[in-house]
Amino acid sequence: MKTQTFDFKSVLKTSLLAGGILIYLALVGLLTAFLDRDIIYKTLSLSFALVLINNFVFGYIAAQHNSEHKWGTAIGIGVILGIVSTAMLSVLVLISEPLNMREMFVNASPTLVKALTFENENIVQGLLPLVLMGTASSVLGAVTFVLPPLWRKVLLAALIAVLAIGTLEELVSDVVTNIFKLFGNKRAAKPALKFFFGRKGWSVNGAIIMFVAAAVGSYLWNWRGSVVKEKIGALPKTAQRNLRIGTLIFLFAVAIFLPNILGGYLSEILVTVAIFTLMGFGLNIVVGFAGLLDLGYVAFFAIGAYTMGVLTSTQLSQTTELVSFGWNFWAALPIAVGMAVLWGILLGVPVLRMRGDYLAIVTLGFGEIIRVLALSNFLQPKIGGAQGILGIAKPTIPWFGGAIVLKSSLELYYLVVVAAALAAFVSWRLRDSRAGRSWMAMREDEDVAEAMGINLIKTKLLAFATGAGFSGLAGAIFAAKLTSIYPHSFNLLISINVLSLIIVGGVGSLPGVVVGGLVLVGLPELLREFSEFRMLIFGALLVTMMLVKPEGFWPAATQKRELHAGDEVEPTPTPEAA
Amino acid sequence: MLNERLRNLSVIDSLLWLLRAAIIVMVLWGTFVGLTSGRADGEGMGQFIQRCTTQTDVGTIQCMGKYSAETWRDFIIFGLAQGGIYALIALGYTLVYGVLFMINFAHGEVFMSGAYTAFFVANAFAKNGFLDSNPIVALGIVLLVSMVTSTIIAILLERIAYRPLRRAPRLVPLITAIGASYFLQYTFRGLYGSGKKVYPDPAILTGKWDIFGIPILKTQVVVFVSAMVLMVVLYWFVQKTKTGKAMRAVAEDKDVALLMGIDVDRVIVITFATGAAMAGAAGVLYGLLFKQVDFIMGFIPGIKAFTAAVLGGIGNIPGAMVGGLFLGVFESVGPSLFLEGLGVPAAYQLKDVIAFTMLVLVLIFRPSGILGETLSEKKA
Amino acid sequence: MASILSAKNVTKRFGGLVAVNNVSVEIPEKSIYSVIGPNGAGKTTFFNCITGFYTPEEGEIIFQGHPIKGIPTDQITRRGISRTYQNIRLFSNMTAMENILVGEEPRLKSTWIGAIFNTPATRREEAEAAAEARRILRFVGLRGLGDQLAKNLPYGAQRRLEIARALASQPKLLLLDEPTAGMNPNETAEMTGFIRHIRDELGVTILLIEHDMRVVMGISDKISVLDYGSKIAEGAPREIRDNPKVIEAYLGTGAAGQVDPA
Repeated sequence: MKTQTFDFKSVLKTSLLAGGILIYLALVGLLTAFLDRDIIYKTLSLSFALVLINNFVFGYIAAQHNSEHKWGTAIGIGVILGIVSTAMLSVLVLISEPLNMREMFVNASPTLVKALTFENENIVQGLLPLVLMGTASSVLGAVTFVLPPLWRKVLLAALIAVLAIGTLEELVSDVVTNIFKLFGNKRAAKPALKFFFGRKGWSVNGAIIMFVAAAVGSYLWNWRGSVVKEKIGALPKTAQRNLRIGTLIFLFAVAIFLPNILGGYLSEILVTVAIFTLMGFGLNIVVGFAGLLDLGYVAFFAIGAYTMGVLTSTQLSQTTELVSFGWNFWAALPIAVGMAVLWGILLGVPVLRMRGDYLAIVTLGFGEIIRVLALSNFLQPKIGGAQGILGIAKPTIPWFGGAIVLKSSLELYYLVVVAAALAAFVSWRLRDSRAGRSWMAMREDEDVAEAMGINLIKTKLLAFATGAGFSGLAGAIFAAKLTSIYPHSFNLLISINVLSLIIVGGVGSLPGVVVGGLVLVGLPELLREFSEFRMLIFGALLVTMMLVKPEGFWPAATQKRELHAGDEVEPTPTPEAA
Repeated sequence: MLNERLRNLSVIDSLLWLLRAAIIVMVLWGTFVGLTSGRADGEGMGQFIQRCTTQTDVGTIQCMGKYSAETWRDFIIFGLAQGGIYALIALGYTLVYGVLFMINFAHGEVFMSGAYTAFFVANAFAKNGFLDSNPIVALGIVLLVSMVTSTIIAILLERIAYRPLRRAPRLVPLITAIGASYFLQYTFRGLYGSGKKVYPDPAILTGKWDIFGIPILKTQVVVFVSAMVLMVVLYWFVQKTKTGKAMRAVAEDKDVALLMGIDVDRVIVITFATGAAMAGAAGVLYGLLFKQVDFIMGFIPGIKAFTAAVLGGIGNIPGAMVGGLFLGVFESVGPSLFLEGLGVPAAYQLKDVIAFTMLVLVLIFRPSGILGETLSEKKA
Repeated sequence: MASILSAKNVTKRFGGLVAVNNVSVEIPEKSIYSVIGPNGAGKTTFFNCITGFYTPEEGEIIFQGHPIKGIPTDQITRRGISRTYQNIRLFSNMTAMENILVGEEPRLKSTWIGAIFNTPATRREEAEAAAEARRILRFVGLRGLGDQLAKNLPYGAQRRLEIARALASQPKLLLLDEPTAGMNPNETAEMTGFIRHIRDELGVTILLIEHDMRVVMGISDKISVLDYGSKIAEGAPREIRDNPKVIEAYLGTGAAGQVDPA
């Protein structure tokens, strides 16, 4: 957008960048990790799709800067970019074996060479498809920029739909099968699924049909969507409200039937998502509402879990000197939450006077201290040390004299969802109350908030306590879900995960917490091959979000610009401002 | 006057005072019990003290707790060596904080990137015998590779992640830095693998030297001396050179520095680069001292170096040195000195707790550090 | 007339610098009292001593017969002193209404438990608070701007909103720190009229800081002049205007024009 004329140097620069990223992806291992996850069965793996997506995006960017919306130039740019970038990757493939790069870069392996040469014996020949397809993709990207906006949107929507559903084929197949099962006809799903999907990912036919369908759908939406929106906007207030309530009820119903639709494995993931969402609501109060960056949040999760463990465990290991309390889940739950709240306040008191990054580092210190203590021999007699605590009670629900044990993830799901919903409800009520206003005022300007009569001590401690309470609740449920806990489950990464999810969702935004939980906890669980790269992607996501979209995917309404650059009010009261 | 003070003392202040007192008492009590645990059965305290103060050969008769005088000395020397490493890393935190008022949370990863990359060079040299035939040159190259890698990573980090956020609210760059930290860790895990790598042992550094009659491991001597030399060079660079003066000018006031014709962006890049070069050097020293490197090696030393920087007063270069050495020794001596005295089993496990506790306490009670460049509470 | 606030020999130091030096003032109830002085004379520091942001090393501050030195800022606000800032410090990402509701904080009693269960008492209090906030908005002339984010308001409106926020706690003493800073003569005249209106209408005592003498001459009942932290004169506007010490203080800073009677 800066220069609208064709500038060879700038195109070359973008090309080199694109090639550099391809090499990065290869060396970090992303190009080999997803070889088995086919988006289109036996045709396109997610790994290779990464190459194509990279080139598509950079083709688009290069065209944006240089093409003046001319077809010829755009194609030229695409060709240059495609050839340069894939050539760079090819060089890596060619030199990796002769130079024995594997000694240093573990991923410069024969697997990489095989994957990028499509298992061709002759490496040079085998690289040809890579160059051709990469170039085609960057040309497509460059041309996409030149397309009229409507067609651009349609094309992008279709591509994204094919990629996304193809990647998550397992999930989609399961859901379809379960929906049919719900209506009593499990068999009927089979032929359709067989037609659309291969053993993994789309079948070629399925991909084409999906592409066309998504394109048509997107076209219709772009053509007619605004009319629909206008019509909804034109409805009377009460009707709009009914519509909103209807949507809520629908979502609620979906939430209730979700485990049935998703099946065991996916419900398991949902439980994890819900536990993190629950923690997210808590941290959202501390960080989002009150503006106190807490990096030791995992401490309260651990305290909740350990309290639950110590109180309900029936098989404390030999090395502990504890009596078996053997309480049931419900008796221990309030104590676990109470302990977390208590520690939230105890750890909150010393840091009342701290702000900003110092607060972050001190809380990080607290989190680490608690983890190391849990791991040490020092506290082993009390909480099991490295061996952890085993035999934690599962929650039960009394039912006509007997009791139902919530043991499957399907049953636990309801427990966690109720807990998360409760946390969301409490957050929502508090946000819109006097307490919420005090938190926000404090976040905006602590000195002025105090001068307006807000008791900072009470206000901060309330935030710490509520946040810790939610985290403790999550920890207690977590312990009951796993029935055994170990210190290494409570490391700094948990704090960072939770922080990431509220930032990605939108700091201070309640729906944002759910969105963040689904995206950051759900997705990586679905793509199991991802687990190795989860933290890599978290890191990249945190940086990108802060640079590009600090308010998150679902920003809280009034604080949209809070985190944007250039807004800072310098709270430096110089003594002589008079 | 005192009455008035007491009246104004809030509940929170009193709690904090209590906490302070409790910790001091615990440390003192632990030290006392620890040191006097060498008392013979039935020996009274007076006798014990008399015996220990009159005897000259103190090491052999258990006057210093469970450990002999030599052991304590070795603890201290090891502490100084690791303290030198902490101090080198701490310089990076301090320099960047001085100029930008931001905690470069990813600095530990800058340190890791150099150490981890240089390992492959060191390993190659060890394999082809270069490390033993030309040890000085070989180690010099390894050091250089490490410093250059760290510097490149830091410059990229500044350019991509931090520069666009220079005017953003303070928490934004911190969160970015945390993200960058994880991104770098797992990038290097992807590149070099997740296993621990063992640094080669150069023949020239095996064994001990007698220094003033005290036998000290050669590695420890080299690590400590190199760290000190580098720090002196850095101090000279910041105090005497034109670039160093520009750095200090920018730290004082960016806008005024700009008006004086200083290229602020360039100075900030140089600041990052200088800190990173020190961290890279620290990386190789770490490899020599602790032998093992891997992709998460940056986190704990990073936090500790930050503690050292805060301890010495963040933004203050001599402070970082003092803070680093102090923390190194304290951490090395502490578990045996007062934790065992308090009856903690396997006290060495808690050496990280000592460092973290120290960090927390310093930030709570004296954020301006020992050699405090006074940073008001408001800024912190 | 009884005095609502009296400061006795207040001294505040920053290191070697004596920012406020042995200053005593008596502020009569329901008056408009001004503290003037050139830039850097210690006016804002004096303010900060009254509101508890700083604790003066020496001296005593009595508000309505009670000593308030050393009491936390929020407690002092609850006793009836509220303030505005020289460089507007609104909660810029909150709406005008929310800003005022925060200002009402000292009068609210609902608890977080009440908020979670949305008890009738909480609902009633919130409704009353909102009604009061709208009333205040009208009073300061910002009717209909309640849903705007504070930072999106024009400059003059932000000044008024800050006063509205301060009034929301129903203070007995209102501290205004250069309320006309950055305003043109028309806006300044409007603001001075508005300040008098606040006193007449609400019966609030007003302590005003200004470095522009023209602003205070018209509306003040009494004026103190600070220079280099010390009080160099006190009296009715006319006495101040003719006081050679004051003229010197201002001439010394090269602001001769401002001494000219407006």
